[in-house]
Amino acid sequence: MNPKFFASIAVVITGLVLLYGIADFPTFGDPRSPANSGVEGGAPSTSLYYINESYGDTKVPNLVTSVLADYRGYDTMFETVVVFAAGIAIFAILRCVGKDDGAVISAPTKNSIDGDHNRIIVGMTCRLAVPVVQIFALYVVAHGHHSPGGGFQGGVMLGASFILIALAGNLDDALGRFSEKSYMALASLGILIYAGFGVLPQVLGKNFLDYGVLQKILLTDGPEMARSHSMLGVEIGVAITVMSIMFAIFANLSSRGTLKGGL
Amino acid sequence: MVEFFLNTVKPHFNFWVYVILMMIGLWSLIAKNNLIKKMMGLAIFQSAIILFYVSIGVKDGATIPVLEHYGDYAEKAVSAGPDVSATESSPAPAASNPADAFANPVPHVLMLTAIVVGVATLGVALALCEMIFKEFDTLEEDELLRKIKALHDDA
Amino acid sequence: MLEQLPAVILLAPLFGALLISLFGLRERRACFPVAFASLLIALASAIGAGTRAFTGGAYDYFIGGWEEPLGIGIVLRVDSLNGLLLIAIAVVAVLALIFTIRPSSEKDEGKTAYFYILFLLLCVGLFGITITGDAFNLFVLIEVSALTSYGLVAIGSSRRCKMAAFHYLLMGTVGASFYLLGVGYLYLKTGSLNIQDINTILATNAVVSESPGVTTAFILILVGIWIKMAFFPLYGWLPNAYSYCPSGSACLLAPLMTKVSVYVMIRVMLSIFGLEWVFGHPGWSDLVVWLAVIAILAGSIMALAQREIKRMLCYLIVAEIGYMVGGAWLNDPNLWGLTGAFYHILADAMMTLCLFLTAGIFFKYRGISEIADLDGIFKKMPLTSIGFVIGALAMIGVPPTCGFFSKFYLIRGGIEGGQWEYVAALLISSLVNAVLFFRIFEIAYFGKKPAEGHDHEHNHEHEHEHEAPAQTVLPAREAPLSALIPLLAAAALILLVGIFNGQIVELIRVAFEIPSTLVSNLR
Repeated sequence: MNPKFFASIAVVITGLVLLYGIADFPTFGDPRSPANSGVEGGAPSTSLYYINESYGDTKVPNLVTSVLADYRGYDTMFETVVVFAAGIAIFAILRCVGKDDGAVISAPTKNSIDGDHNRIIVGMTCRLAVPVVQIFALYVVAHGHHSPGGGFQGGVMLGASFILIALAGNLDDALGRFSEKSYMALASLGILIYAGFGVLPQVLGKNFLDYGVLQKILLTDGPEMARSHSMLGVEIGVAITVMSIMFAIFANLSSRGTLKGGL
Repeated sequence: MVEFFLNTVKPHFNFWVYVILMMIGLWSLIAKNNLIKKMMGLAIFQSAIILFYVSIGVKDGATIPVLEHYGDYAEKAVSAGPDVSATESSPAPAASNPADAFANPVPHVLMLTAIVVGVATLGVALALCEMIFKEFDTLEEDELLRKIKALHDDA
Repeated sequence: MLEQLPAVILLAPLFGALLISLFGLRERRACFPVAFASLLIALASAIGAGTRAFTGGAYDYFIGGWEEPLGIGIVLRVDSLNGLLLIAIAVVAVLALIFTIRPSSEKDEGKTAYFYILFLLLCVGLFGITITGDAFNLFVLIEVSALTSYGLVAIGSSRRCKMAAFHYLLMGTVGASFYLLGVGYLYLKTGSLNIQDINTILATNAVVSESPGVTTAFILILVGIWIKMAFFPLYGWLPNAYSYCPSGSACLLAPLMTKVSVYVMIRVMLSIFGLEWVFGHPGWSDLVVWLAVIAILAGSIMALAQREIKRMLCYLIVAEIGYMVGGAWLNDPNLWGLTGAFYHILADAMMTLCLFLTAGIFFKYRGISEIADLDGIFKKMPLTSIGFVIGALAMIGVPPTCGFFSKFYLIRGGIEGGQWEYVAALLISSLVNAVLFFRIFEIAYFGKKPAEGHDHEHNHEHEHEHEAPAQTVLPAREAPLSALIPLLAAAALILLVGIFNGQIVELIRVAFEIPSTLVSNLR
């Protein structure tokens, strides 16, 4: 059957089913919708609890971070595992260890940012930009408690700074600064940090990811500050994993697994 | 016609937008021949779902879910006590609830996860496309199916 | 310590995967012991957590310690259904792992560490799907298991596996996205993501439970899960994906991925929407049972037409999924049907493991992938053949294998619900399976007829060119112990699950809330 015809039918049917469902949805922007304020018959609204009580529980003003890293931290851990699993899947698919299989996509030899006078402008700009990007990325990770930011955003920016080095110069430049051994080790280290913050409370007798009980180890005044600091710890773990995997994915995709040549 | 537009579409225009976007993505996922275009359709499809979720948490006149003057607000909210429970959610416009100043944080949290998952999936899909290209030298689905069938008939 | 078991089930394979990624890339021989140890820990924890649910009733585990109000944290919930499935997943994973101890060829040796990491992360995903009590968390874990399974399918050296993995990726992501959209519609109408909370709201609040938004949410979630379980007509990705993936992956993917999706469907029907809500819509049950009937018949007939062993088994999986979906949706809600469908999840996991292990042994150690090449194999590999025969008898439905009892419960449910088309489809499918497998027994035991001898050699040569592994075809000798142990264990489990079906069914019925006086009456 012609795929375009079949696609049109499938799309029309699906669209009608979806539109049928939105018939009695709340108005756009309604603060009294069930998602924003809860509904009769259920438990008290979680969204209102987060807005009102989460500062008292965790002393973190950014509500998104407190929900992401503490209340729903289990989801975030698995999200990091998804990133890690995608990286491993890409290595498993692409990475040809040992012999070079087939043609390398492009083999630039003289484009290192340290050599070749044609690349002075690009090289210099890159040298100026990369440290600024990295410091901003670290700021985003650390300031995730007070402004939009956090582990994923900062990690992507850190990965992007290495990709910038690879784009401006040679993939070998970037790999020289962040080798395959390093990024493989750091990727798992990030999740180990996260899971470590989860398992420590279990050792101390409470449930998984119950940061409050870590006040004995972190020596804070109360469980709230322990939660705040643990959130920073897990965000750092997330940032490390995301940085390593983002760069690893770029390195493998651009060189088709050989880690030689490429962009 | 105009009433239909004003009564049905306008209060839910965000939902109409996302349905149209999603259908564009789904159509190109099924109908397009090139594998990369199929992946783009998948990306549009997933973006539409993200848009839908984020639009759930919007409140009129609300700001981002970060407590700005957290010092004052926190004391006010904690001392006010848990009076903002579900019993107040009936349509009568009660006294403006201090929590209405902040958008709902939950959809943002959920969508952070969904975006990352989408990116990871696209990464794996691109790796597969590279290996398919290396093996068969084309990314057009009809040619690929022909070449695979030829492989199979040889065996 | 005992209360922490639900978390330990997930953490053991996760830490195993992380340890392998830290050390296994250099020390290839360390991969298998680490993986094996972590899965054994997971199995022990699953048995512990499950037993606590069987004896003491369902219990919750609040992650992060956030208990009140319900839904601010993520809850893990273990009841008797979960407990059984967790143990089944752990057992299948351990047996499939033992099978993979030898790599298929030297090219695959470099990827050993990646394979084991993906294997363990898939197990983490499956355990997580089974044990979670939060609708969005279910989506994240579906994606964990999906991404790792795309990797496991594509890791092979067959020329077609990458394309098969790509189609699997497209369909799987669309399925998961539909599920996510359905959860979004539910969240919009109920304001909650916790499964128990949504159930309470739908049971008590009539305005919400009758709205078209909730109905559409159910349809979207259901279609999404149907894509992931390869329910007819959305099964297109399955035959290619499971036929071209390496044998080690197939032994983990085929028994578990689709069955866990069937469990998700039953969980959604039972615990999120509630059986009264689902069956309160007239006509849905009939529609779905008819679709299931078509699935069963189409799967069985297409299996008859296949020449390759693995492809035939894949179409049989499509038919088995039809049994389970049809059984769960039988009229009214039908408690025998639901029980039979869930018991069939456990039974089918064992049967599929047994049959795919056999197919894997034939391919990996003999280079055989077509049915016609099996001639005389029963005499050359007697122990493997015993395993194959038991698996085949279970598929046909011969007592005392578990296949017989699951068909018995499903047919009983069909008769009670008055849906005779389903009963007829089950019986026809058993007949077709019998024809299918006895044809294979004939070729395997008595050898091929001489008229087809020339064709057979022609096929055999080309097989070696394109698909055969690097190891040479062994002389008339049995498969190695690493392959025999899981096969014979799976065959033993098929018999045990069949013999103890009474106790298992008792445990399942507790979750569907039938008082046992009613059980004894119906028996």
